[in-house]
Amino acid sequence: MKQKIPPLYQGTVTKYVFVESYKTTPDDLAVRAYEVSEKVMIKETCFGLQITGEESEVDMAISHIRKLDPSHIFVKDRGFPPGDPRRCRANLGGARPGYFGHEFEIGLVRWISKGIDQINAEPTSSPPLPPMEETTPLDIQRLKQLIDAEVP
Amino acid sequence: MAKVFIYPATSLILSDLVARFGHKPLGTALSIRERIQTAGLDSPPLQMTPEDAKRGLRWAAVEVPSGVRGRMSLFGPLIEEAEAAVIVRHADYAFGCMGCARTDELVEFLIKQKGVPVLELEYPLDEDTGIAFVRRIKEFLQNLGGSHE
Repeated sequence: MKQKIPPLYQGTVTKYVFVESYKTTPDDLAVRAYEVSEKVMIKETCFGLQITGEESEVDMAISHIRKLDPSHIFVKDRGFPPGDPRRCRANLGGARPGYFGHEFEIGLVRWISKGIDQINAEPTSSPPLPPMEETTPLDIQRLKQLIDAEVP
Repeated sequence: MAKVFIYPATSLILSDLVARFGHKPLGTALSIRERIQTAGLDSPPLQMTPEDAKRGLRWAAVEVPSGVRGRMSLFGPLIEEAEAAVIVRHADYAFGCMGCARTDELVEFLIKQKGVPVLELEYPLDEDTGIAFVRRIKEFLQNLGGSHE
């Protein structure tokens, strides 16, 4: 990969659309996105979509998609366009750099979805909850006691 | 709409929540996009170049490892642009092969030194902390003004 790569898709933005839902699939999102998109490039992936195009067009497609399952669809910017040889694993092999971050966070989004559902269900002037408690690590002695208790 | 710096700067959850509640998330993708869409920068074709480590000198001293300076060339301009920040502390993937603990500390220091509103929290561990996580971010973002439209 020594060749010089010209700037690709200048003036466009690329956004990831992740879906973590029991009732919506990436295919549903793609169909929904095609309903309103005119000048954007849509790539369906195992986790959702990548949408590339002018910012206003991409935002319009995303706002349309979000209505499908608002609390289970998550969106973030991507620096590289789809298929960029510096990132695409068709050229590099192995997992795409950045995949591990997604893998970590996608394990947490079900709780975020729950939070979004809860917040949306509340009246707008609800009193604030007490601050989140700090978690304390498990004491090593306590861990040893637990292990010993399991052994007959 | 305010420009909100998020850290970890590649976070899907933070980026989504900031945009969902009506503000502009400032993450690494914006810096990377600017680099790869600028002609004549990549030869050899890497998104980071030796020039980036030099640019990082604006935010980190010369004896600081080049990895930190290279990262700061991405995060530094975003921090300067930021009107607020949401930081998740102790994120697993912000340290190790994908991150750098020294950069985490430097970013946190620079954000606090800048004096913009900062929300610090940790990733949720269960349903209750998930609800509290979203609520705290929403309340923080609702109280922000911002000049960006």
